[in-house]
Parts: sequence; C-alpha cells; structure tokens
Amino acid sequence: MREYLRFLSRCFRLSFHGNWQYYAWMLALTIVALVGLNAYAKQIVAGLATTGMTDQVSWGLYIANFTYLVGVAAAAVMLVIPVYIYKNRDLSNLVILGELLAVAAIIMSLLFVMVDLGRPDRFHHLLLRFNFPQSILTWDVIVLNVYLLLNLHICGYLIYCKYCKREPSRKFYIPFVFIAIVWAISIHTVTAFLYSGLGGRPFWNSAVIAPRFIASAFAAGPAIIILTLQVIQRATRHPVRPAALQLLRRIVTVALSINMFLLGSELFTAFYTGGTHAVSAKYLFFGLHGYHALVPWIWTAVALNMLALIVLYTPLALKMRYLNLACVAMVIGIWIEKGMGLVVPAFVPSPIGEIVEYFPTLNEILVCLGIWAFGLLLYTIFVRITIPVLQGRLLIDVVFHTVQHQVAAESPAAQPVVEVAS
Amino acid sequence: MKLPVIDQQPTSTCHSSSGGRNPYGGLSRPGMTRRSFLRRGAATTGGLAALAASLSPLRDLDSDDAPSVQKFLQKHYKEMDGADMEAALERIRNEVEHRYEVRPNIRDIKPMDGVEFVYALNLSRCIGCRRCVHACVEENNQSRDPEIQYIRVLEMPRGSMDIEDGNHHYDHETVPDESHFYMPIQCHQCANPPCVKVCPVEATWQEPDGITVVDYDWCIGCRYCEAACPYWARRFNFSKPTLPKADLNPDMSYLSNRPRQKGVMEKCHFCLHRTREGRMPACLEVCPTGARKFGNVLDPQSEVSQILRTKRVFVLKAEVGTLPRFFYYFDERDPFAQLTIESVDAKTVSAGSAP
Repeated sequence: MREYLRFLSRCFRLSFHGNWQYYAWMLALTIVALVGLNAYAKQIVAGLATTGMTDQVSWGLYIANFTYLVGVAAAAVMLVIPVYIYKNRDLSNLVILGELLAVAAIIMSLLFVMVDLGRPDRFHHLLLRFNFPQSILTWDVIVLNVYLLLNLHICGYLIYCKYCKREPSRKFYIPFVFIAIVWAISIHTVTAFLYSGLGGRPFWNSAVIAPRFIASAFAAGPAIIILTLQVIQRATRHPVRPAALQLLRRIVTVALSINMFLLGSELFTAFYTGGTHAVSAKYLFFGLHGYHALVPWIWTAVALNMLALIVLYTPLALKMRYLNLACVAMVIGIWIEKGMGLVVPAFVPSPIGEIVEYFPTLNEILVCLGIWAFGLLLYTIFVRITIPVLQGRLLIDVVFHTVQHQVAAESPAAQPVVEVAS
Repeated sequence: MKLPVIDQQPTSTCHSSSGGRNPYGGLSRPGMTRRSFLRRGAATTGGLAALAASLSPLRDLDSDDAPSVQKFLQKHYKEMDGADMEAALERIRNEVEHRYEVRPNIRDIKPMDGVEFVYALNLSRCIGCRRCVHACVEENNQSRDPEIQYIRVLEMPRGSMDIEDGNHHYDHETVPDESHFYMPIQCHQCANPPCVKVCPVEATWQEPDGITVVDYDWCIGCRYCEAACPYWARRFNFSKPTLPKADLNPDMSYLSNRPRQKGVMEKCHFCLHRTREGRMPACLEVCPTGARKFGNVLDPQSEVSQILRTKRVFVLKAEVGTLPRFFYYFDERDPFAQLTIESVDAKTVSAGSAP
C-alpha cells in the first residue's frame, strides 16, 4: 500500500516534468481548461440561459459532445479485440494507450453531462432516488461509470505490475478485459437508446440509431487513435509499428463504410416516405420554411466523410500523409454528424411544429473547449506516466531522471539516466 | 511535423529534478534546491491564483442558489412525513416572505379519492384570444421575464388538422380570424407519460388523480423529460425566474405554483391547488366562450364524462401511445350518442358483435 502511494506520488511529480515543449503544451491546455472553468462559473451564476439552448432546442453542444465522446471511449475495443482475441503482436504495446484514451474520453463525457445539468448541486439525488430501470439515463450512468472503473482497473493494474516488475496475474485482468469488450458496445448502445426510445421525436425514434452510433464510433475512435499514436511516437520515441497503423486503417475503412451505408438507409427511409417523419431530416439537409442553420454543417460532414472514404479506398491511404488526412476529415465529419447532425435537428421543428433554430453561444463553446482541454491534459499525463513505465525507465527500484543534463550541471560527477536507488 | 522528444532532449533550461541532490542542504526537504523550491512555490501560487480567478464569477451567485444544509438534506416528496413537509413548507414561506414581502398560504394538497381529472376543449368555440395563456401565467407564478407559458395556442388553417401547419405567433388586431380555427395545446396529463418514464431521479411522477407533477426541489435539470414530451408541454428555467412582488399569487401549494428556482423544470398541473379543493383551473375560468371543460371522469354525471360519451372527441398524436387526458372535440353532437352510460355500453356491445 505504501509502495502504491509512493508510485502515485512519483507519477504526480513526473507529470510536472518535461522539456519546454511539454511545458508549453500543458500550460496552453491548462489555460484553455481554466477559461472553460471560468465560463462554467458564469453559467452557474446566470443559469443555462448563457447557452444557446431554449425550451424548443433543449439539448445542444454539451449533449452532442457527450455522445461523440462516449463513442470515442467505446472505440478503444478496436485495439483490445485484435490484441486479446486475435493475439495481434503489432498492437500489443499500444493497447494500453487506447484504454487510457477511453478513460480520458469517459471522464470528458461525464463532465459534459455535468455541465448540462441545471442543478449540478443536486447530483446526489441520483444516489437517493434512482429511476432504474425505467429511465435510460440511469442505465447510462451505470454503464459509463462501470466502463470507467473497468478501464481504470485494467490500465492501473497492468502499469503498476510493470512498475513493480511483477508478472501481471491473468485472473486479475483478463476477465475484466473481456467484460470491457462487451461493455464498450453497451455504453454506446445505451447512449443511442437515450435517443431512439423517445416516441415523440420521430427523427431519433429509429432502430438504426444504435448500429449507426457503433459504426461511427468505430470509425472516429480508431481514427483519433491513429493520429494520437503518431504524436506519441514522435514525442516519446515509443515504437509504433507501421503494421499497427495499417490494421487500424482497415478497421476505420470498414467502420466508416458501414456508417455511411446506415446513414444512407436512414435517409432513404425518411425522404422516400416523406411526411412528419422526414421533417427534421428535411430541415437538416435542405432547410425548412426559410430556416437552414444546420444545412452547411451537415453537408460539410457528408463531404468530409465522403472524402475520407474515397481516400481510404484508394492506395493513397497507404501513405501516412493521406491516411492522416482521411482520419482528420472523418474525426471532424463524424463529430458534426453526431452533434449538429443528430442531437440538434430532432428538436427542429418542435413536437408541435414550431421552428426555433439553435446557435451555440461563445460561453457554451468555451465550456466545451475547456472540457476538451482538460481531457487532453489528463490523457497527456496518462501517457507521460505510462511510457516510461512501459519502457522500463520508471520502475520501483529505478530513479527516473527526466533531464539528466541539469543534474550533471549541478553535480560534478555526471549521473546516468537511470540510477539504482539505494 | 517533427515533434521533439519529451525526455532526454538536451536543453540549457534549468529543471528541477525530483531525485536531484541538494547541495545546499535542508532548505525544505531533501532533493530540492532553493531555486527549485522558489520555482515550485511560484508555480503553485500562480496556478492557485489562476484557478481562483477563473472561479471568480461565483462571487455573484444568488444567495437562493447557494447550497444550504436544509436544502441539501430535504427528502424526495414521497419520502417526506408530515413533519418533514411542514419544515419544507415553513422554509418556503420564509423564502417567499423574504423575497416578495408576502406570507404565502402554501400547503401540500393531496389528491382526492375516486377522482381522475380530464380536460376537454371545444375547438368549435375557441376564438384564439389567448386569455387562458395569460391567466395561467398569473395564477401559477411563472417567470415574467423571460415569460414562461404553459399553454400555446396554434392558429390552424381551415382544411388542415396537421399541427405542422399551425401558426404559433399569429398577431391580429382581433380574433378570431375568419379563415382559421384555434387549437390550444398544454400538458395532456398522459396516462402513459414518457416524461415520467425518462426522469433519472423520479423528480416527476403521475399522481393518483392523473396529474403529472414536478418536485421543484428534487429536479436536477437534465431536461430529458423536455426531450421526451411529444406535446412540448414542459418548460425549463434557463435563468432565475423573475416575478414582480405585486404579481405574486400567494395561494399556492408545494406541487403546483410555488415560486420555482433557476435550473428546474415546470409544467401545467391542472391548477391542482384549485382543482383539488373543488375549484376550476384558471385557464377555464377566464375562457370567454366556454370552450374549456374540466372535471372528474370517474363521475358519470360530470360534464367531461358527458362530453366523452356524447361528442366525437380525439386526442393529439394518438399514435405515440401516451393516452392523453386532454381531449379535443367539436360542437356537433354525435346523433347516435345516448346520455346514459348503460346505453353506450349496450351500443358498443352490439356494434362489436355485428359481423
């Protein structure tokens, strides 16, 4: 136990060490996170009137980001399944980075729910009167928190074992890995059911929402992982094999294709049938009675996703530059498709036919940016700690020096990078 | 893009080292130089100052929103016993008196046995004057700025029953407009309410007399119910409700028209502080044409029971399966309708047995 606390304290101290680029990155994230906190403090005082939400469009950017990030978190299984089920060797030293991304994404998505609450001071009411199993929101609370715990346990256990130079005991983590695989599907399914279970919102009330969520998550999530792994590789010299990225490329290609197919099915059903069920889709894609705030958004999303799909299906995608382009395009494209393209249009027109458009306010955007910055900050710290442990530079009996040159400058005897503790 | 490596990068900048030896000895603790100590101190102070600065808007937090032990410990409506409720009511009395300088007559009114309330609205009579909208606001202490209204009147073109065609913002000098009819929409007090189903904390529920209520002290403000309602009947307090002192209606009950806080849902409750004591809802009393009918559907002699038996009634969006207790009808009598329940039953049976 004492050793564990010492580990945590070393991790804490380590997260404050790095070169100037690391400091600059962390400082920038901290500033954005604090600006977001400031915007949230203003929201606490003045109420959700500081957002662009109204009684007509009662969910906006917060819930859109929440939905997207649940998908990112679920997508970590796209690393876990190849490694633990198909024994893929290329990804085995990277899988933990995906699981840590899931942890950061879940924390961000929970924060997005918190900032969306009108009375965050009453959050404890969830513990006192939990409307389970009637409310799908209570299901979501359960699956998200359990998924967070599962991933924290798996990552924490493996990293700590590595740190202690112990062989991890399979029975302490393999069962949890397999539970987490199923659980990852469940978190995004339940999140989709939040929407598709509402009979009063025809745009959401569709059985294809859950499969679409899973497909888009397994496209956008691994795309983020492809980009992240390259950044980690360059910043930490942690080896990322090209074969690993190529495997992820194939996953992303299949997932994005399925996503586009499901979107097409949805649109066919809506537009060919027409009528009330198609009103929101009509508003989204073409505008309605002179209102068309979402039209540029959705066509941007469609264009970006199509661009990504075309690049992925050509040999261009074998070159990292073009693969990265496709990944960036689909990360943004799917973010729009799930946020401005799925959460918001269901509210327009209102159930009794009124058209009120939604425009996020600056304060609302700052809160969102703050949460994203905080999530990136967390993930950077996770990686900052994990990489030295994986590389055997931060171990129980090894003192890890972040910058040996300074030590060398202060002490006449130059010290080695790693030093065995007395 | 070439990113530098975080560790092992040669640099001339001085960094503190957690494992570094302290050549000066005993500044604060081993492994820390004077310079690194000062640097850490400055960084910590700077960080805390930035944190405090970012939280500074909270200084303007309204005292009503500030957490208090009593509010934190207040139980869910259904878990309160008589003493708990009396304590809550006393707190509300004091708060209202403090803010509005009126001591309200607030009580917790329970539903009556053998009563199920139903609303019936005569579309042939409604002239779209919106008096019901404003009477409701005045009766129920809604926020005036922004004004929260529970009733929305649609101006419908003749020849359509599709609410997508309704005009929400009609603005004539006089009503009714010849070429339109009018359809007021408010909470339908569904027997199968989706809003109740989705609430994660049971802050909203259906009472035995059919009224769906909100415990304003329990709602966490997630607005899932607002997304779930097919009739757009729920309203959220996006900002602190503003209600001039002179406009406060001091006749109030816990589950209906007591003043609300910022960040909670509210909705039509069939004026339960009136109707559970034998009076009519405010929207009905003010209606100049008698288009609105309200009563106990379990009483066969009540006006609403007679309307359901004798008029051709319909509900909005029957296809979503919410089973509304709010019926629309037209003046025309059903020529085959009989006034007594027995004959209605007989007719149903005979119609059902016909080939």
